[in-house]
Parts: sequence; C-alpha cells; structure tokens
Amino acid sequence: MSEEKKTRFAFVRNLGPLLGLIILCIVLTGMSDRFLTMDNLLNVTRQVSINAVISVGMTLVILTGGIDLSVGSILAFSGSITAGLLSGGQALLPAIAIGVAAGAAMGLVNGLLITRAGIPPFIATLGVMTAARGFTLVYTDGRPITGMQEAFRFLGGGYIAGIPVPVVIMLVIFIAAHIMLTKTKFGRYIYAVGGNEEATRLSGIDTKKILLAVYTLAGLLAGFSGIIMASRLNSAQPTAGAGFELDAIAAVVLGGTSLSGGVGTIGGTLIGALIIGILDNGLNLLNVSSFYQQVAKGVVILLAVYVDKKRKGG
Amino acid sequence: MFQQMRKKSLGIALLLVAAFCFSLLTAGCGGAKKEESKKPVVGLAISTLNNPFFVDLRDGAKAAAAANGLELVVMDAQNDASKQMANIENLIQQKVSVIIINPVDSKAIVPAVEAANKANIPVITVDRSAAGGKVVSAIASDNVAGGKLAGQFMVEKLSGKGKVVELEGIPGASAAVDRGAGFNAAIKAAAGIAVVAKQPADFDRAKGMKVMENILQANPEVNAVFAHNDEMALGALEAIKAAKRTGILVVGFDATADATKAVNEGVLAATVAQKPKEMGKIAIETAKKVMAKESVPATIPVGLELVKK
Repeated sequence: MSEEKKTRFAFVRNLGPLLGLIILCIVLTGMSDRFLTMDNLLNVTRQVSINAVISVGMTLVILTGGIDLSVGSILAFSGSITAGLLSGGQALLPAIAIGVAAGAAMGLVNGLLITRAGIPPFIATLGVMTAARGFTLVYTDGRPITGMQEAFRFLGGGYIAGIPVPVVIMLVIFIAAHIMLTKTKFGRYIYAVGGNEEATRLSGIDTKKILLAVYTLAGLLAGFSGIIMASRLNSAQPTAGAGFELDAIAAVVLGGTSLSGGVGTIGGTLIGALIIGILDNGLNLLNVSSFYQQVAKGVVILLAVYVDKKRKGG
Repeated sequence: MFQQMRKKSLGIALLLVAAFCFSLLTAGCGGAKKEESKKPVVGLAISTLNNPFFVDLRDGAKAAAAANGLELVVMDAQNDASKQMANIENLIQQKVSVIIINPVDSKAIVPAVEAANKANIPVITVDRSAAGGKVVSAIASDNVAGGKLAGQFMVEKLSGKGKVVELEGIPGASAAVDRGAGFNAAIKAAAGIAVVAKQPADFDRAKGMKVMENILQANPEVNAVFAHNDEMALGALEAIKAAKRTGILVVGFDATADATKAVNEGVLAATVAQKPKEMGKIAIETAKKVMAKESVPATIPVGLELVKK
C-alpha cells in the first residue's frame, strides 16, 4: 500500500516511458548527426510545447475517468478570438486574457453538460468540439486572421535566456500542475474522483465541483495553447487543431496514465508528449515518408495502451 | 514486486524501440542511405500528399532531382499549417541547400519562410505563394488566366445565359482567389449569367459533394458549376448524379487523371489543365540555378490549357 502511494504521487509512475524516450533518443542520435544538436533539441521541444500544454489539461480530465474531445476546436476558437481582437486594435494582454477566458468558458460548458445534464464526457465534449469549430468558422468567416501587432509574435516565436518562450510556458505549466496534483487537496480529490466517484461523493466531497474545475482547466489550457499557436504562425487558422485531441490523448496514455481514471502522473504526460514529438522530428530528419510516420505513431500508441492493459491485469 | 515492475518497464521500452525500428525498416531504412550520399540536398515541403495533384508535383520534382544529380527530401504537412511549420524547421535543421515550399496557407507560412531566411537557406514557392518573407522565386500556374479560360468556355456553352454555381477552394489560398477572380471576370462579360451560389468546399471531393448536395436542395435550377479544382468538380458530379439532375455543365480545374477520364466519358464538360509535373520540374531546375548563384525570375508562370472532349 505504501509503495502504491509512493508511485502514485511520484513525478513519473514508472520508468518505462522514460526509458523508451531515452532509447529513442539514443537510436536517433546514432542514425542522424542532426538530431542531438542544441538547435534541434530546442526546435523539437518548441514543436512539442503546444501538444504538451493541451495534454496537461487532458491528463486532469483522464485522471477523473473522463475524456475531452473538444480541445482541438477550443484551440482554434481561442486563437481566432485573440487574433481577431488584436487585428481589431485591442491591446495585447486583454486580447490574450479574453481568448484564454473564452477557452475556459467552453471548458465550463463541457463540465456543466457532464455534471448538470448528466451527458457522458465522450458525447458532451464531442458536441462542444463540433459547436466550437462552428463558432470559430462563423467568427472568422472561414478565413485565416492576420494583421496582429508585432509584439504578439513573442509568445510563440520569442526567446527567454535562449530558450523558446513556448518551452518556458510549457515547463511552468507542468511544474504548476505537478504541484497541484501532488501537494493540494484539489489534486488528491481529482485522483479520488477517478478512482471511485461514488465513494468520493459519499465521503462528503463535492465531486461535481471537482469535475467542473477540471474541464474548465482543460478548456483554459487548450485555449492558451491556441493563442501560442496563432502567435507562432502569426495568423489564426480556423481549421487549426483538427485531430489534436487525439495527439493529446496519445501523450497522456503513453505517459502511463490509465484511461479508466485514478492513476497517472503529470511527468509521464510530458514524456509521452516528448515521445510523440521526437518520433515526428526524428522520422522527419531521417527522411521517412509521412505515410510511414503515421503508421509508426499508430503502432506506438497501440503498444502503449496494450502495455497499460497488461500492467493493470498483472 | 519491484523486480516485477522493473521487468515491465523494460518491456515497454523495448516495445517502443521495436515499433520505431519497425517503421524504419518498412520505410526502407532511409537514414542509413542518407549518410552515404554526398549530393546536394533540396527540401520540398508539400501541403498534402492526399491529393493526386500534389503527388504529381512531387513526382515531377523527384524525376527532375534525379536527372539533375540532386537529393530530394519530401515532407508532407497533411494540410496542417502548424505541421508544415515544424516540417520546415526540421528541413532547416538538416541544413538543406534550398527549400521548395508548397504552402498550406499563404499567410501562415510567413514565419517559416522567415526562419529559412534567417538560416540563409533560399526559399522557392510552388503552386501557392507566400504572403511575406524573402522568396527567390514563386512558381505557379497563371490561375487568373485559367479561371478566365473556364469562364469563357462556360459563357460560350450556355450561349450567354444561365444560373451558375461556384465551388471555391480553401478560403484565402491564392489559387482559390485567382481562379475565382479570372472566372468572375469572364462571366461578367455575359449579362445573362448569374452566380446563384458560391460556397467554399476546400478543394476536397467529399466536401464538394456535400456542398453541392446542399446547393441543389436550395436551387431548383442550376445550369453550370465551376469548381476551383477537379476534386470538388468530381464531388459535385456525384451530388448531381445522386439528385438525378441532368443538363448541368460541370467545369473543373487541374486536369487530374480522374477528371481527364471523366471529360473523355463526357460526364465532365471540361477541366483546365495545370501542369503539376512540369511545375515540380521547374521548381527543381530553379533550385539548381539558385544553388549555382544564377539569377532567377521572381515569378515563373506555368502555362495552362482547357481540356474538353
């Protein structure tokens, strides 16, 4: 029991994914002289950062035993709103704050649909995914938004002490989420809801409130990552983020978080996101056809879920 | 217990590596081969390979690269602007000599072009252009002229009057903007022709079909359809067939293999032939000139022709 507790609250649940990541890096270093350069490592972590930030929210949701399919659409929604406000002459910080708030509001809708209307998370977030994409297309009239002020590019394209800004943001969010999950009551309740919602409710904890907060956070993070992406591309694409929910789910599962809830770590998710990003980057550097890249990604995800299932059985 | 956990951890790691090696093997171990070759490398960042037009463009570029003694690295963005940005960053990491970009989106590509500029790697765009950054040469079909060809053909076939539908490409893409502009300029010459519906279907066959189905529901009388590419035109044909409507003239753009066949069968009235293979070839030849520090024109229009039965 004590050991279970220790592993449950550790930064990484077990060393499997980390070992996988290290071996992946060693193999790539052997195969391409371009892989293990400072330049490329910064490059790949910057590429990973957007999926990683979404995956933090996804980890919280999956820990409660839920799922959030709407994150990709919320990303486009928030990115478009912030870009639209900026190109309309709004100041930088309010525009970003409103975009983030719009993402959180979408997440709150997810939470309300699940806790108040009793709609299963898969269906509730599927509905919000479709509606948010629709709102985005309405707001943008289907066209990319450009013409933001130059300072906005710092968020996605700038550097702090030589480290890309999105990477700094990603690290701050991961550390904050890790502390929240391991050191706060709220964090422990998230695990409790995923472990056994009924028992948690009977022990006097307001599980609905926990779920509302978790889905709102997931929406907020997805929205924020959408703003980072709009900054990186210096334009907001109405079709941005399509399929990103699947990459985020894959990162969470690869990191060892159980899809049935209650078990998992935030550090594992970081490793999962890195594995997916490095796989993409490495196969790119090795000039592997994009068709096989998709096969490779699919195989890795399936294997990870299979191993997760085996682990629970054994 | 601890022993057991360690064994499992090792298992996961091994499985991950196995999957990775599997993907490399199936891909013909591209990495090992690359180390040996000392040929100059050209990168081609393509918008999508899920469309025969761009597959043709890649094939044209591949053949020309082989003929010119160049190695070509092709990256597929799967129509995702952020993925294309990552692709181009990865090409910059590989320190290729020239990057040929076929942008997913003309505006979203600008930061990627600027990144290549910063790394002193010359950029050539092909088919679609970039809205900013330093591009040494933009190779594209003269889409305005092509749209005009389609419009003039339609005016002639309809004897100057009728109700026309326009299926637009990805909003904002320069090919969609230019083809639409040329087409609309041509039909404006005939006062009897009215555009009754104008909807984007993103250059996609399935979307073209769906949008056309909806347009047919809304418009009991349609005489002709101009689609900004063949995929949408073929999708529209399916919708027309399913709705059992007849006598609707459909004109596409690109002259892909499917569309040319449909023209020969008399189902598709006409298509405007771009020359994607030629475009790929010209892109490689231009890249070679850039590497040799020869001057190249800022824009290179590639010819078009109307394909009809």
